Amino acid sequence: MTSVAGRVRRFGPLVSRIAAALFGGYALAALASVAVLALPMSTPQAVLTGEMASFLVYAAAVLWVFAVRSALRAWAGLLVVAAPLLLAAWSVW
Amino acid sequence: MTTDQQARPDGRGLRQSMSDLHTWVGLLLGWVLYAMFLTGTVSYFKDELSQWMRPELPAQSGVPDQAVVAQRVADELVALVPGSPQWSLRLPDARNNSVYAFWRTAGAAPGQRGFGEGNFDPATGQTVSSRATLGGDFFYRFHFQFHYMPVVWGRWIAGVAAMFMLVAIVSGVITHKKIFVDFFTFRWGKGQRSWLDAHNALSVFGLPFHAMITYTGLVTLMALYMPWGQQAGIKTAADRQQLNAELSAFIQPGKPSGEKAPLASIEDMVRHAQERWGRDGVGRVTATHPGDAAARVAVARGDGGRVSMSPQYLEFEGTTGKLLAVHEGVGPAAETRGVLYALHLGRFSDLVTRWLYFLVSLAGTAMVGTGLVMWTVKRRQKLPDPARPHVGFHVVERLNIASIAGLSVAMAAFLWANRLLPETLAERANWEIHSFFIVWALTLLHGVLRPAKKAWVEQLWLAAALLALLPMLNAATTQRPFWRSLADGDWVFVGMDLMCWALAALHAVLALRTLRHQPKTRPARKTVNKPAGGAVLREG
Repeated sequence: MTSVAGRVRRFGPLVSRIAAALFGGYALAALASVAVLALPMSTPQAVLTGEMASFLVYAAAVLWVFAVRSALRAWAGLLVVAAPLLLAAWSVW
Repeated sequence: MTTDQQARPDGRGLRQSMSDLHTWVGLLLGWVLYAMFLTGTVSYFKDELSQWMRPELPAQSGVPDQAVVAQRVADELVALVPGSPQWSLRLPDARNNSVYAFWRTAGAAPGQRGFGEGNFDPATGQTVSSRATLGGDFFYRFHFQFHYMPVVWGRWIAGVAAMFMLVAIVSGVITHKKIFVDFFTFRWGKGQRSWLDAHNALSVFGLPFHAMITYTGLVTLMALYMPWGQQAGIKTAADRQQLNAELSAFIQPGKPSGEKAPLASIEDMVRHAQERWGRDGVGRVTATHPGDAAARVAVARGDGGRVSMSPQYLEFEGTTGKLLAVHEGVGPAAETRGVLYALHLGRFSDLVTRWLYFLVSLAGTAMVGTGLVMWTVKRRQKLPDPARPHVGFHVVERLNIASIAGLSVAMAAFLWANRLLPETLAERANWEIHSFFIVWALTLLHGVLRPAKKAWVEQLWLAAALLALLPMLNAATTQRPFWRSLADGDWVFVGMDLMCWALAALHAVLALRTLRHQPKTRPARKTVNKPAGGAVLREG
């Protein structure tokens, strides 16, 4: 039992970071690509801009997740950026 | 460094985090990336490779008049696929000596394949009578969608791999403290350090290219990977059409009128386009509902001469040949996407730029390869017993052999199969591809069964031999041996033979160096050495 708990304590944060990078990063990138539609430009241009920018957002999110001191901070950072993007995306969906 | 460490009580600096990220992201899909890089690299010469793989088609002495060829092949298509709602043909240019056409088949039942394709002879308009082969398009398609799996799966795998690569590149740069100084540092014959220096030099030299090619690769398929903006913003058919017009010169078939009417002169329409874009500047002719009164024809500009893939085309009324619209500009984001797309494909390039693309891309391949090898070199020194490595090490080592040396063998085998498989073989084009994968699987088997070093050396020698003998095989099985190509000024065939020998020499050198290499088996580094050793590891 204790060894299982020990394992969770040891690998839990790493697994959490990997999940934040893979799925959190993608979600943030997807959110950004939709949020771009709120910008004052024609829809096709905004769609393409969002698609092109999304990969840079994704890459930056992954780097952030592994650069900060803890898994908790990694998730917090993603959420802080996601909040305004979510608002913008909400307005256009 | 010190500020980093002060900020982190666990003593792991930013650089160390990024180094770990670089190592594991690079390793996890490194083999996939190596295969994508190498097959993508040779795809810069895919048209030439296709010419070599169809030796029955005579060498093209100049680009034929595109207007005449377009009419010729269009007549053939009208006869071949009457009632097709859409066909499209790619005209010959300086690098293509055949006309590739594809068409939708009329009234295809659901579940049936609604498309057909073929290669046509510009001189006669007839289907080319060459051996059945996918040509250089096999490597091209493999490098972003693989094989033996649904196309969409393959493209997703390629996308994930490219995303890993993008992260590996940026984390690699952050890891690498003295990026400029180390570019001039090379420590030969120093084991791990030499691998590190080689990896650094190959990476830094081509860094802008590697970053560009990875990012633009994602851009080519971005609508697949990031469809959410489109789903949110594009709601109606009109919206969709508007977006499509920003991306592609393929006009989509609307509703046919049901009234029969022959197409007007395609030749005249292409002439019109030639006046605009130059004699060899036309890329593609697409017709929708040819033979119907509602027919439309789009004549699109070729990829040469401009660094953009954004659509430029003239739209004609099919039955009268009247110019309906000139599409020559797209929005700023669409143009950006067009430029990024063009940078990835490099189809705009002249011969010198193309070779540069090829060489830097080859350096990118070597960057991935040296990175993979370094993972094992670095860890072998720290193994408790180098003769009996743990399972993970074993797996990486064997996969490295098959995916690096084995891929060269398999790619050469693909070309051998092109020359050796009988022309009457059913599914011949597919058997060329099966040969590639069978040989690749055999190299993995060989890599698992033989001692690692022997497997490396033997496979590198095999690749060298297959490549060196390929021009001889070509001389024995076709009418276009080396000396005749040289006498005829047939530079595609001459270039292919020379390239095979150059690559054979490269593999021979690698085989010799591997053979002579004596791995340093010293015990694990003591912690006392940490400052000096740590600096090197951190940069790895």
